This record gives sequence, C-alpha cells and structure tokens, in this order.
Amino acid sequence: MTTTVPTTAALALGDDALVLSHRLGEWAGRAPVLEEEVALANIALDLLGQARVLLSLAGDEDELAYLREERAFRNLQLVEQPNGDFAHTIARQLFFSTYQHLLYARLAAGDGPFAPLAAKAVKEVAYHRDHAEQWTVRLGDGTEVSHERMQRACAALWRYTGEMFQPVEGLDVEGEKLRADWLESVGDVLRRATLTLPEGPQSGAWTAGAGRQGLHTEPFGRMLAEMQHLHRSHPGATW
Amino acid sequence: MATAAAHETDRTAAYGTDDGATDAYERAFDAAVAADERIEPRDWMPDAYRATLVRQIAQHAHSEIIGMQPEANWITRAPSLRRKAILMAKVQDEAGHGLYLYSAAETLGTSREELLDKLHSGRQKYSSIFNYPTLTWADVGAIGWLVDGAAITNQVPLCRCSYGPYARAMVRICKEESFHQRQGYELLLALSRGTPEQHAMAQDAVDRWWWPSLMMFGPPDDESQHSAQSMAWKIKRHSNDELRQRFVDICVPQAESLGLTLPDPDLRWNEERGHHDFGPIDWTEFWEVLKGNGPCNEQRITQRRQAHDEGAWVREAAAAHAAKRAARGPLTTETTGATRA
Repeated sequence: MTTTVPTTAALALGDDALVLSHRLGEWAGRAPVLEEEVALANIALDLLGQARVLLSLAGDEDELAYLREERAFRNLQLVEQPNGDFAHTIARQLFFSTYQHLLYARLAAGDGPFAPLAAKAVKEVAYHRDHAEQWTVRLGDGTEVSHERMQRACAALWRYTGEMFQPVEGLDVEGEKLRADWLESVGDVLRRATLTLPEGPQSGAWTAGAGRQGLHTEPFGRMLAEMQHLHRSHPGATW
Repeated sequence: MATAAAHETDRTAAYGTDDGATDAYERAFDAAVAADERIEPRDWMPDAYRATLVRQIAQHAHSEIIGMQPEANWITRAPSLRRKAILMAKVQDEAGHGLYLYSAAETLGTSREELLDKLHSGRQKYSSIFNYPTLTWADVGAIGWLVDGAAITNQVPLCRCSYGPYARAMVRICKEESFHQRQGYELLLALSRGTPEQHAMAQDAVDRWWWPSLMMFGPPDDESQHSAQSMAWKIKRHSNDELRQRFVDICVPQAESLGLTLPDPDLRWNEERGHHDFGPIDWTEFWEVLKGNGPCNEQRITQRRQAHDEGAWVREAAAAHAAKRAARGPLTTETTGATRA
C-alpha cells in the first residue's frame, strides 16, 4: 500500500469532480422535468463529495477551490464546457462518466492511494453512466429534433475527449487501453441511440492534454469568477 | 382508515342522481372526519373538499419548485464546499417535495401537467414569500431559519390533515424541513459570530425576511377566505393568527441566541397572555405581492415558464422513445444495453 498521495493526480481528479459538479449545479431550477432536477442535483452532489475527498488529499479543500487562479486548475477542458442545452449536458455526462467509471474501476482494483475512494465512487459513477446512457438513447432515438440536437452536441464536445487518455503523473493507468474501452462503450451507446460516432479528431492543437497542464477555455474564467467571488471578498473569514 | 360506510360504498352510485344515496355518503364522510379518520383517494368526498385539497396541495407543490429559485441563486457562489453541498442537497430536497406533492394531487384526479399549466398561466398561486429576492449569502440562512421555520409551523399540523395521501407526504416533508431550518440557523450563527461584515450581512438578511415570514401564515383570521371551511374539514387544524403567534414565540429566544435583533420595536413578552406581543403587519404589502407586484413575481414565473418551454423537446423525445420501445415489443439486451462488463 502506497502511503504518499500523488498531488498532481489528486488535483486532476478532484478538479474534474469539482468543476463538473459546479456546472451541474447551474441546472438547479432550470431542468426540463422535475425528475431531472433531482437526478442532476444528485450527480452534482456525488461529484462534490468526491472532490472534497480528493482535494483534501492535496491540501485544504476550500483554499484549493476558492483561492487558486485559473492556470492552477488541473481539470479536463471537457468538464468546464458550459451546460448548453440538455443534449450538450448529456453528451458531456456520457463522455465523462464513461471515462470516470472505467478509470475508477481500475483504481479500485489496485492497491494505490486512490483505491479506497475509487471503491466508493465507482458505485456512484455507475449510476451517472447509466443516467447518461439512457438519456443519450432517448434523445438520439426520440424525435427528429432531439436526434439532431444530440448528434450536434456529441460533435461539439468530441474534440475535448482525447485529453482524458493523456498520462497523469501518479495515476497508474494504461491510456491506450482506457481509450479503446471508452471508444467501444461510447460507440455502442451511440449506435443504440441511432447516432454516429463524430468524425472529427479527438483532440486539436490546443486541447491535447491542455486542461491537465492548466490551459483552459474561455468560459472557465467566468465560471471561477462566479464561484470564487464571495469567498475571496472576505479574506480569512470562516463560513 | 375511514368508517366502513364511507369506504364500502359503490362510488358510481354516488355520482348518480339519487339524492338519498348522496346524503348517505355525505353523512358517512362527515362522520369519518368527525372521528378523526383519514379520507383516502377511493372514498367518496364532497366536490368542494376535493377542490379545496387540489388548490392547497397544488399551491404547496408550486411553492416547492418556485422556492428552488431564490436558493439556487446562491449555489454557484456558496463560500465553502461544505456549504455548497448543504445548499445543493436542500434545493434537491425541494424538488423531491414537489414530486411527492404533485403525486398527492394526482390521487385526487389532477395531473401534474394540468397543475403546471395553471401555475404557468397564473391561475394557481405559490407562496408569496418566494417573490422576495436573495441579495446576499446570509439570505440563504434567513430563508432556512425563518421561511422554513414558518413553513414547519404551518405544516406540522398538516401531518394530521384529514386527507391521507397529503398527511403522509407531509410527515416526510416536515422531517426534511426541520433539517433545513437547523442548517439555516447554523449558517446564520456562523455569520453572526464571524467578522463584523459577516455579522452585518446576517442582521440585514433578518431585517428583510422577518416581516414577509410573518405574512406566510396568511391574512388575519377575520379576513381569511378559506379558513372556516378548511378547519371544519380538518384540512386545517389551527387558525392563521394562532400559528403566527406560535412562530413569533419560537423565534424570539432563537434570535437572542443568534445574537441578532428582530426588526420590531413593539416586540415584547406579555405576561398576562403568556405570549409575545408584536407590531402591526403591513397587509398592504402582502396584498400587493399577492397581486403580482412583489419584487420578483415576474422574474420567478418567467424563469419557470422558460425552463418548461425549453425542456419541451426533451419531454417530447422521452415520450417518443417510450412509444417506439413499446411498439418494438419485449425488451432485449440490444435495446436496453443491460449487459455491462
């Protein structure tokens, strides 16, 4: 059993969960149906719980969440993408939860420092994945309008998916195997949803591993400004 | 359970023209209510009783889902991850309460869709308290402490309401509301004991939310339109003024422990009555907000309609997909994707 926690990896996984939880929290009061208010909040809460554990492995959770500058965040660019319409949110969920589920299942099976967290989180994430897969199929194989929206959302977010398989220092996971499993699973869901796998590249010049290196997209700065504003306005206060 | 007579009637007969039979059902219903028995969905009930319940349960359900907005306003700015988790869980609970309550209304033969349509078109109301804005983080605490506190005072007696499904939904809702109330109190306590700026933020929030919270109990008893009949049917158990007084008496010592002042110079203990006296409520403000002239009436209903309209294609897709599935016949792993390595 390894005792030292790799900070880079804890921040990468913790920031993914923190940022996606925040985005999902933006849906509160705006979901298409009451059941989805409950479901999206539930996923957001699971992710926030994971983020708190992971960030605490790397330092003080609130200092890390509220007092870091944009360039110090290590999350994937995928999770910071704005909610868009419900199809964009579902495509983001499908891509991320499939990745997170495959990753956490591997980490849970090992004896590394993330094994205990992953063992608990993998059960939560299985539900997130199921939720995303079911909605992908419903929207893809629903009406003409929903089919088109879902296809467009998958295409728009596809370029941010390659980053998930870049190596992360401290995470003992074989990237190429992860990519193959992910592609197989996502490809299968899209096929059942009567959608096609986007043809574009999985990463562009800017997006190849960029979030993990602290390079983010334009919407992220705004998101952080909103998230950090109150905390930063009262230096040293406790809440 | 209601009396055998109320339960064992053939309901179709009750809708006939036989006045003698209807009278018998009515007597059975009255007897069940008088004996503090629960009326259940399949029991005969007077049309006006059904209509009153639908109106009240719908208004309550609408309040839960509109009430998500002022608090959701602060989810993305919550100042610590612990507070963020608490707030998200609370807003999620409110969506859940909306679900139970729309389901309770469905047992009376009214669909959720129909009720939402009435909300969106302004034919049904929600609690006026949510037409006030949440301007600072402390407002999240004030809503928990005062607004949820007032709601609990109103709702605990509803756990004994004569209509079974509503009473049972309220048992669960009240348990969760009492968590919210304590969390709100604890949030304000942290602010009150924090920096001078945080303390001032807490006081300002209590100053703004105190009077609207007292208005949540509705107009004074002599002006309350629906009260007398609802009391007779045991839908309602205590009068508006009784509940308001109970709430004031609970809040005064809590405000003291919080180190915050309630904004009423007339507030004092009356030994003779055994209650706190309090100053006059501005009922003009109450009626104005009720009529639609509050600070956020337009904003709240617009956001609700917008969420509903923007979600229409999603609901249509789900319905279309379900219909395709049903047409394809028995499920296979091909259509469910039930296998997972």
